[in-house]
Amino acid sequence: MSTITIAAVGVDLNDEGFFTDPEQWTEDMVPELAQREGITELSAAHWQVIRFMRAEYLAKGTGPSVRALAKTSGVSIKELYQLFPKGPAKTAAKIAGIPKPRGCI
Amino acid sequence: MPDPITKVSIIISKGSLEGIYPGLIMANGARAEGIEANLFFTFFGLDAIHQARHDHIKVATVGNPGLHLATVAGGLPGVSTVMTHYLNHKMEALDIPSIPEFIEMIADTGAGLYACQASVDLFGLEKNDFIPQVQDIITVGEFYEKAAGGQIIFT
Repeated sequence: MSTITIAAVGVDLNDEGFFTDPEQWTEDMVPELAQREGITELSAAHWQVIRFMRAEYLAKGTGPSVRALAKTSGVSIKELYQLFPKGPAKTAAKIAGIPKPRGCI
Repeated sequence: MPDPITKVSIIISKGSLEGIYPGLIMANGARAEGIEANLFFTFFGLDAIHQARHDHIKVATVGNPGLHLATVAGGLPGVSTVMTHYLNHKMEALDIPSIPEFIEMIADTGAGLYACQASVDLFGLEKNDFIPQVQDIITVGEFYEKAAGGQIIFT
């Protein structure tokens, strides 16, 4: 657990880098959070996935797994891994300020 | 925190439904965690990447104590087929993809997919028999080269 400053606001992250309190997140934080994940340029597709992850979390209480993400967001698995090479659901969840999605598929 | 795992090379050596899925789940799960992954199919595992067979993978109902089904019952004609349908139906309800779809998905995540040269020779197969996602037919030595720097998981 640690508190770091993103977009001039203090946010709490767990050891893996996920928000412990999703309420602390604002969209302004996205570019800086993405930088921390090695994503220096955010395309429209990046934003689409990040916003989608956040919306799913707010609607269902949890972010989707990669497969669910591909099926419901309309972005293909191939493209998802191109956008987020280190794991799309995991990375996008960090950037969207939501907990790590749990799932095996 | 211990050092995270960064690379896995998974061997699939069995041709039954329950013998193939675990390796696929491990490979897909690895990619979702940002872990580099290779899949190596050998012996009856080749059925999982064989165009004519990958859609017909069955549950082993004989000699499978985990099924809690008497061997004499499991050996009756049709039992394996019924059990396979049943399991496939349950997996579909959980949105677990079929083997062909799953392997295609895993290939899309950027995992390496390879067939074992020795088994290919043994069964008289060739590259055309396999799904297009199979990158190469490689020897065990080449597998070790590709697995270097990571962990090897045998299933």
